[in-house]
Parts: sequence; structure tokens; C-alpha cells
Amino acid sequence: MDAFTTHTGRAVPLRRSNVDTDQIIPAVWLKQVSRTGFEKGLFSAWREDPTFVLNDPSYEGASILLAGPDFGTGSSREHAVWALQQYGFRVVIAARFGDIFRNNSTKMGLLPVVLPAETVEAVQSAVEADPTLQITVDLEGREVRWADEAAGFEIDDYTRWRLTEGLDDIGLTLRAADDIASYENGRQPWLPTTI
Amino acid sequence: MGRTLAEKVWEQHVVRRAEGEPDLLYIDLHLIHEVTSPQAFDGLRMAERPVRRPDLTIATEDHNVPTVLGPITDPVSRIQVETLRKNCAQFGVRLHPMGDAGQGVVHIIGPQFGLTQPGMTIVCGDSHTSTHGAFGGLAFGIGTSEVEHVLATQTLPAYRPKTMAIEVTGELPAGVTAKDLILAIIAKIGTGGGQGHIVEYRGEAVRKLSMEGRMTVCNMSIEAGARAGMIAPDETTFAYLKGRAHAPSGDDWDQAVAYWKTLRTDDDAVFDTVVEIDAGTLTPFVTWGTNPGQGVPLGSVVPSPEEFADPTARSAAERALQYMDLTAGTPLREVAVDTVFVGSCTNGRIEDLRAAADILRGRTVVTRTLIVPGSMQVKKAAEEEGLDEVFKAAGAEWREAGCSMCLGMNPDILAPGERSASTSNRNFEGRQGKGGRTHLVSPAVAAATAVTGRLTAPADL
Ligand code: SF4
Repeated sequence: MDAFTTHTGRAVPLRRSNVDTDQIIPAVWLKQVSRTGFEKGLFSAWREDPTFVLNDPSYEGASILLAGPDFGTGSSREHAVWALQQYGFRVVIAARFGDIFRNNSTKMGLLPVVLPAETVEAVQSAVEADPTLQITVDLEGREVRWADEAAGFEIDDYTRWRLTEGLDDIGLTLRAADDIASYENGRQPWLPTTI
Repeated sequence: MGRTLAEKVWEQHVVRRAEGEPDLLYIDLHLIHEVTSPQAFDGLRMAERPVRRPDLTIATEDHNVPTVLGPITDPVSRIQVETLRKNCAQFGVRLHPMGDAGQGVVHIIGPQFGLTQPGMTIVCGDSHTSTHGAFGGLAFGIGTSEVEHVLATQTLPAYRPKTMAIEVTGELPAGVTAKDLILAIIAKIGTGGGQGHIVEYRGEAVRKLSMEGRMTVCNMSIEAGARAGMIAPDETTFAYLKGRAHAPSGDDWDQAVAYWKTLRTDDDAVFDTVVEIDAGTLTPFVTWGTNPGQGVPLGSVVPSPEEFADPTARSAAERALQYMDLTAGTPLREVAVDTVFVGSCTNGRIEDLRAAADILRGRTVVTRTLIVPGSMQVKKAAEEEGLDEVFKAAGAEWREAGCSMCLGMNPDILAPGERSASTSNRNFEGRQGKGGRTHLVSPAVAAATAVTGRLTAPADL
């Protein structure tokens, strides 16, 4: 996972609520067994519509997605995160996220930023007025900055530390191998095994 | 202060707790299927890590499999299924492949084998893992990175979600099912209503549900945005488990039951959020839009976007009506459907098939009707009861086990513009095939709809 400290880039406004992971990447794209090539499937049904915002050339190269509330609800498919990252997004800003999507994002280094709905809308309007607007997402300072404005966001210390260091969760957990082994010794005897 | 059921199960599984860090939770059972696991096994290979506990892991093939006999014809699907087979062989994981008597949808086979038990932590790379919470365990969906994490360590770092009680007072009227109840709950609290919470379903109406009904309710917790759904175990739970292949037996059974009986929310425990719903007022429910919260009683009309005060909900409703090709004010009973699907991990269990058969017995369907058992065992049980003959005589298609038309990933899909009444769990745009339009319903409503070709409650027949 790449470390994430501060990112500055342009943004694209996606003014829709309840964008579920089936919309982010439809199921037909989930048949791949590799981890790459998912950018082509990103919002694939909507991208067929020439008026869809990602088809607007003024937003080309945007790396921050300004989404509506309840972004990433539905299926647990991490492919949604891979598709967004492989398309070029580093940050998604929304008022609310699906829990599993948010979790998956932080495992992969795609930063989910929660801001109040009014703030997200204000940034969306600012970007619509000027698509070249540069937005800075400062994870260390827990702040989003655009034009002369700034808005703080919350993220727990541990997740922030892991993201800024780019640390692999499994490696971290394996440091607790002794704890895992001793827990295993104390498990209830009737618990089932699959063998 | 007392503790909730969720808190008890959580505390029992904490391997390591440190200030400022998520808890490290032990995972009792890890379910795997072909779609969300290949990249996780690749990760293990790259890091040269084994599966820590293959004996707590089980795999099945469900999402990609065709539900007619024969090989997988789509080469990409076939590679994905073959990849699962190779991975399970290499890492020593028990697999139920297509055609195997134990094969089925991942959330159907766990309970059916008795592997899903009260008080356990259960995960799967699939959001509907919440189904297993019906037994009073903590079960939740995870992404592929977490699948790899569980394979490697049998644990997951996680912050304890908040707790929510959904108190269902009163009794479900005759003809109103668990599916109607959960659709009504989601319509009430919204698709984000349970976000950040573990939901415990409580109250008289919940206690009276069968295990199948409880699984239907917990299954769709994720559609309300919740991380997990739970129902405290009771005699219904124990009776369901007793004698199943992996359920405890002998002295273990007695010990287990004694422990399971402690798995209930203490009387003085406090939930972060409490929602009440009166079961007595419910009628068969149906969705009209493109998210599971957009549902209304079947006896009502397609709502108008103007009814939504919140501008976001209003624009979502406008877009949904356009996608669904529906006009506000149309009685839902007048909406004609092309296809009826009975199946999925929401409603693909034997009780669901019985409910559909009760309606279809002696009647004829006028739509394309797919009846898909959730597992090979369900299929066998249904055939022993003669349900397959009822379906075939009515003109419905009786299929092999799999996810089928629940998601557009195998040959069972809607054509663009086609409309379905479906017992599955998601009415998202394109969920059942690109351009397809989905109305979520109970098995009884699905079967009644197949008879008339329009959204229909059994009582209308
Ligand atoms: S039946 Fe549907 S919801 Fe259930 S596991 Fe299969 S695809 Fe997922």
C-alpha cells in the first residue's frame, strides 16, 4: 500500500446519493482473478451516457471524487476500490459511506473523507464553477482545503497512522502471533471445525 | 451496567486490545467463494504465508455457476471457479464444487451444515454474511484484503460498531412474512439507517419467526446499512441446530446450550439507538425504486418525488422512477412484470420454496418463472416433498443451486428493460442484468405475481 500524507488535485462532482458498489463496478467485472484492469469497469453503465460527469472533458485527470451521501453501499466487493484507484482517484469525499466500502478503502490506501453534506455540496459547487480548482486533502492535518476555505474531518489515529506509513495490516497483526496462539488454546471445546 | 448480545459476543473474541488501536478479533468461521477470494490467495502466495486455520475455513462455488446442468460456458467465469479449486487444493481448504451434494450459496450452506452456531464470529467476503447473525453470532461481510488477513491470521482488527435495537412489537398478520418485515424496516430507517451499527432484532414477532425467517431478516441488515444483524438464540435456534453435521453432540451439546442461553441482552443493557416497529400494521411489501429503502405496501401506489422533503431523497426518487419506467400514482398492483425469481440467500431456503409452492399448486404461471434452490440440500429436500413437481406443473423452471438471478454474474439475467419480481435482496440499477428493473418481494408475493403477471399479493388471487 502506498503511503498517504497529503494530496492535492482536481475534483469531479458526482451529484448522486446511494451510489452502491454495483454501480461503481457491475458484477460482470468481478470475474477477473487479477487485481488490475478494473478502471475500465468503473461506473461502466453510466459512462455509456455522454452527459455523465466523468465523460465531461473539463474534469479529466481529476483525482478526488466528490460524492453524494451513502457512497459505496451494498456489496462488499473491494473491486470497487480497485476500480476507483486504477482510474486515478486517491480520495473520495462524501457525507456518509457504506461501512465495508470505507473499510476496504483504508486497507488499500484510497482515502475516504467524511464531511457534512452541506460542505460536500459547497465543494461540488465550487468545482462546478471552476473545474481547475485545486483541492488539498491533508491527512496529517485532518483537513480539506480549497480556494480560501478549509474544513476539518475526523479519522481515528490508528487508521491515520497506518495510512500515512503505508503499513500492511497482516504484517502488523502477525506481531501479535503469541496472543493469537494463546487465545486459540482457550477456545470453547465444542466450537465446530470444517474438517 | 448490563451488556448487549453484540457486546458479549464481541468481548468473547478479543485476542488483543491496546489503547488507541482497533481490537484484534478472533474469527471462528471463514466462508469463501470464488469471486472475492482469488486476489487474497494470490497475496498469500506472494508473501509465502499459509492459511492459518484451514479447519475453520470452508469454500463453495455459487456466484458464477449456471443453474442448468452442464459445464460453465463463459470462459472468464470458468477460470474464476477453476482458480478457487486450485487455491483450495493448494491451501488445504474444504470445497463444495458445482454438482457436489453440499454445494450451494455460501450463506445457505453454513447453517445447513450446523457450522453456524450461536456466539460465533463469522466472516465472508460477501456483504450478506449478516445472514448468520440469525443464530446469535456476530457475522459480517469483509473485503478481499480482509479475506487475506483472515486467511493468514484467523483474526481481524476492528472497532466495535455501535449497537441498535429494532424492537418489533405485536404480531405479523397472516400472509405477512419475514421478507415483508425487513423491507418495511429498511423503508422506515433508510439505507443508511443502520450505518455503523450492529442491529439486534427483538420483540415478540421476531421470537415467533422460524430460523429461515430470522435468516431472511438478518440477511438484509446490510441493506439498512448495518454492519451485522443478530437475533438472540432460543429454543427455535437449538431445535434447528440439533443433530446437524457440525453441531455439538453429547456432553458438548449440553455445555454449548448452557453457554448459548447466556447469549441475550441483559435487561439493564443500553443500546446506542432504538427503533420500534409495529408488526401488526404490516402488509405485503414491495420496492418501487432502485435502492432497498424505496419500498411501500403492495396495496399502495408508486410515490411521487414531491412526497420527499429531503432534496437528496427527492432527486434519488426522480432518477429511480425514470430508471424503473414508473409513473407516480400508479397502483403497484397494475405494474406488469416479465420475470419472477424465487431464490438467493435471502429466500432460497426450503420454507421459501414451500411458500411459493403453496401458491403455485394447481395454478399456472404467465411469466418466465425461475425457482432456484439455495443449495443442493434444499433442492433434494424440495424434491422429496414433491415441490419440484408443483413448480413444473405450474410452468415454472426448476433449477440447480446457485446465486442465479440475484446478481448479473451468471447466465440467469434480465434483458435490458425487463422487469422482475424477485425474492433477492438488491434492486440496484442493473443488479440482475444491465438495464433490468427489479421489484423486491417475498416468495409468496413472487409466486402470486407469476400467476397474474402483475405485482400481486397472495390474498388477491
Ligand atoms: S444469493 Fe445474491 S446476495 Fe446471496 S451470496 Fe449470492 S449473489 Fe450474494
